[in-house]
Amino acid sequence: MSKFRKNGKKSQPAVNTAALPDIVFMLLFFFMVTTTMRETTLKVENKIPFATEIEKLERKSLVSYIYIGKPTKEFQTVFGTAPRIQLNDAFKTKEDIFQFVEMERDERDELERNLITWSLKVDQKTEMGIVTEVKQELRKANALKINYSTKKTDKIKN
Amino acid sequence: MAKREIQEINAGSMADIAFLLLIFFLVTTTMDTDTGLIRRLPPPPDPDRIDEFDVKKRNVFEVLVNANNQILAKGDYIQVTELRAKVKDFIKSDPNNPTLPEFKEEEIEGLGLFPVSKQIISLQNDNGTSYDMYIKVQNELVGAYNELRNEFAQQKFGKTYQELQQQAGASEKAERQLDAVKKVYPQRISEAEPKKIGGAE
Repeated sequence: MSKFRKNGKKSQPAVNTAALPDIVFMLLFFFMVTTTMRETTLKVENKIPFATEIEKLERKSLVSYIYIGKPTKEFQTVFGTAPRIQLNDAFKTKEDIFQFVEMERDERDELERNLITWSLKVDQKTEMGIVTEVKQELRKANALKINYSTKKTDKIKN
Repeated sequence: MAKREIQEINAGSMADIAFLLLIFFLVTTTMDTDTGLIRRLPPPPDPDRIDEFDVKKRNVFEVLVNANNQILAKGDYIQVTELRAKVKDFIKSDPNNPTLPEFKEEEIEGLGLFPVSKQIISLQNDNGTSYDMYIKVQNELVGAYNELRNEFAQQKFGKTYQELQQQAGASEKAERQLDAVKKVYPQRISEAEPKKIGGAE
């Protein structure tokens, strides 16, 4: 039995961690490739509704977002609780939409300007009045391809 | 002089650096792709031209949603879950029923002359309607079209509508079939300007 007890006094060797950086780098690259940078900080409450017949928006670079909802708690003292429009990082009014559309178009290639999808991220509890106003403004600016941002669900309830 | 050994660089903190980077990317990026109901708005109205559309009453399916989120579909007060079946019956139509939409023979590639119903869905909501309800109604209307297209695609081409959509980019045949299905059941949802009718204000 002495064969197994040859180095009885020696302490256990440390676990080899040489491959740990490789593993972490692999994870890092995975996340770098699959995700995109967060561009805006939400200043409005944004719980989007559910729907069953949804489609995926293919090219993220060709999507511009318009957020509508009640300002979040920290902004309520200044902006109140009525639903507001958020474009990029600031609260805006519907009159600013036309300019916003022009600016977003300028950022894109000339060929892709007509392919922009305008994604409306509207809070569930918002009333249609403001949404309709935004839609009318988009129509005026000839931004016709819109998307009502919704999440997937299997069945809608009453 | 004794030969000095080249010292190995200590790579022990490499993992820490990589972790730091990893956490930075986890925090600053998002993974979710946007999904939703894609619609096309009508072009801005031309002030010089006034279009007068004369549409027969039997061809129009009117959906009204009021400020209390109640739905009136072709004169009946219904729940949102009942809407899809009702709209489907209407779109499909029936040549023997004079209250359902008329048919018009149309030339469709791959199918020849085909009777297409002249249906139009007219949606009108109130300024006080909740966005949630609006999306539900929109969803049911699109769902009705999708189901009919699906049934038709399966019956005619042996493929579901989704399969045709997926294959359309790669195969020309699928693209032609998809076009035909879309022409048989064209999506005609017209949105009237909202009114301030009834309910909260």
